[in-house]
Amino acid sequence: MAKKIGIEVSLAISEAVKLADVDAIAAYPITPQTHIVEHLSELVADGELNAEFIPVESEHSAMSVCAGTSAAGARTYTATSSQGLALMNEILFIIPALRLPVVMTLANRSMSGPISIWNDHSDLMSVRDTGWISIFAENGQEAFDLTLQSFKIAEDHRVMLPINVNIDGFTLSHVIEPHEFLSQEEVDSFLPPYDPPLQLNPDKPVSMGMVGIPEIYFEAKKAQDVALVESKAVIKEIFQEFGEKFGRTYNVIESYRTEDAETLLLTMGSISETAMEAIDMMKDEQGKKVGLLRLRLWRPFPTDELRELVKGIKTLAVIDRAVSFGGTGAPVGGEIRSALYSTEDRPYVASFIAGLGGRDVTIKDFMDMVTLAEKMETEQEVHEYKMIGVRE
Amino acid sequence: MDALNVYAAKLAPQQESLAPGHRACQGCAELLAVRLVAKTLGHDFIIANATGCLEIVTSSYPHTAWKVPWIHVAFENAAAVASGVEAGIKILKKKGKYPVDREIKIVAQAGDGGTVDIGLQALSGALERGHDFTYICYDNEAYMNTGIQRSSSTPYGAATTTSPAGKESIGQVTMKKNVVEIAAAHNIPYVATASPSYPFDLMEKVRKAADAKGPAYIHVLAPCPTGWRLAPNLALSIGRLAVETKVFPLYEIVDGQYKMTVEYKHHRPVIDYLKPQGRFRHLQESNIEFIQQYVDASYEQLLKKIKMSEG
Repeated sequence: MAKKIGIEVSLAISEAVKLADVDAIAAYPITPQTHIVEHLSELVADGELNAEFIPVESEHSAMSVCAGTSAAGARTYTATSSQGLALMNEILFIIPALRLPVVMTLANRSMSGPISIWNDHSDLMSVRDTGWISIFAENGQEAFDLTLQSFKIAEDHRVMLPINVNIDGFTLSHVIEPHEFLSQEEVDSFLPPYDPPLQLNPDKPVSMGMVGIPEIYFEAKKAQDVALVESKAVIKEIFQEFGEKFGRTYNVIESYRTEDAETLLLTMGSISETAMEAIDMMKDEQGKKVGLLRLRLWRPFPTDELRELVKGIKTLAVIDRAVSFGGTGAPVGGEIRSALYSTEDRPYVASFIAGLGGRDVTIKDFMDMVTLAEKMETEQEVHEYKMIGVRE
Repeated sequence: MDALNVYAAKLAPQQESLAPGHRACQGCAELLAVRLVAKTLGHDFIIANATGCLEIVTSSYPHTAWKVPWIHVAFENAAAVASGVEAGIKILKKKGKYPVDREIKIVAQAGDGGTVDIGLQALSGALERGHDFTYICYDNEAYMNTGIQRSSSTPYGAATTTSPAGKESIGQVTMKKNVVEIAAAHNIPYVATASPSYPFDLMEKVRKAADAKGPAYIHVLAPCPTGWRLAPNLALSIGRLAVETKVFPLYEIVDGQYKMTVEYKHHRPVIDYLKPQGRFRHLQESNIEFIQQYVDASYEQLLKKIKMSEG
């Protein structure tokens, strides 16, 4: 087994991008993503990474440049956060429509206003319906592994879609953690060079991004949706292959101590580690029948896997880190209610919003949410969502 | 003289990278300019196209008028997409993953809206970064694709649907933004104005722009019969009048040195250019006089720059 290296998670991601032998990186600085592309620009400057580093004048252009490099057939990477992601928004819709396998790290950060550089998931939720594959990493090792796997998933000819790998800003991006790196040989044995099925080359001219008249637009969108839904099988296959090769297996939904559980917490991202602590204490010290589900894959949504995992569960407490203002549930909570609506014996879904704009979500908060969710289930309370930890 | 024109046309490259059968309006000067650009560049070039007339009329899926690789992403980002294509091919060539011996030109194309308004930032960024590409703005002086709304390239006094002439207004009340100077301020190797009414001048400029090492910018005046309220058969003659009246002088800026490429000893009054166009039909004599003064002053300024370049 390779030696563990203590390194900042952002830098570990950059090292994964380097090991992927990426061809082109376009980026505009934005906190808390900056350390990733800073380190990549150093690697390029030192000749350790043979890639084009394109320091653009805005995130809109960063994503537009990525469209160009990827369409030319270059393995393409970028990273962003929050307002930067919002500025990319227009182009984010077009990248999957053109089937360009761009890989992007999203160091999650809350949206303005008021301006906040701290962590929550409102940036990703603002681009939920753009058609990207969205994956969440919980810790540095996962961020490193998922970055490498993302290139393979995105560039698989059965997929050909962009991916964003989400890491919580600061609470994960700026933390020094032990990482087990893969060697270049190991990466090469797993990740083949990018073989674009179509590229901008005068020897075989193609037109990309053409006008979609009403007779064709709907079909194009259906094809895109089918591709995203069907990518799940490929994602699982690549997770499996990675696990077999390197001993770290990934699932679209991870479960933690769910045996005998009657109440499950459901989280995304790095707060899951705090949630695990809370589960341990509730189980071991209070004898409560609780467990944890950790959603790794946000798009395509792992509907079947979720339905399977919540069979026999009484209460599901979903913790969101974003608001769907005035909606019928926070983004994840609403999605889960929707996914379970047509199933028999579905659990009661309590939708919570916690930890906005960097507010801590503590072990006690998780315990309180479990208690509250169970009470709501007993009373079959009708609700949209509840905010936890906000000063009233 | 007529015979010379017939002969000269035969000197033009026979290759066509823009196929017939596109959906442009009758008499569209933009599509003629595009065809001349494509003829000049041959087959070894790649286009990043902005949203606009040109994109709509040449790429209605499943049809395409392009015999060369072509990509359209959005309205304001042709320069950024072209940056990416250029950078992508550069690194792939360096890594031996792309035909190394081929010299492939990268061209960004956009209308005036996609260049002088919403696309100006991406254009400036790409010019500043020094990508080896040619940016061509086909300027029909309004947002023609969405129905003749004013842009910052619409000239003073022109009526459009968002700068209509009325009791209190003469139409567009601001002066046309000088994007040629903005491009030149980036100190790029090649900047030029061009017109499909002067095809050989245009083709020569496209060749020079493509051969320049680094970014090049060409601003093409593309008369639009629909938007200019002009009979379709007059698009090319109005383009000539734009030059003959000093409204749109044809010049180039090579490494910062200005040079007029089409010269007339005597210029016609600006009214000759304005009169055939319905978009100017409401102008009073005083308005035309003001425009004449403005055109004369702008032309004098340009001549000064040319004189300074001659040292």
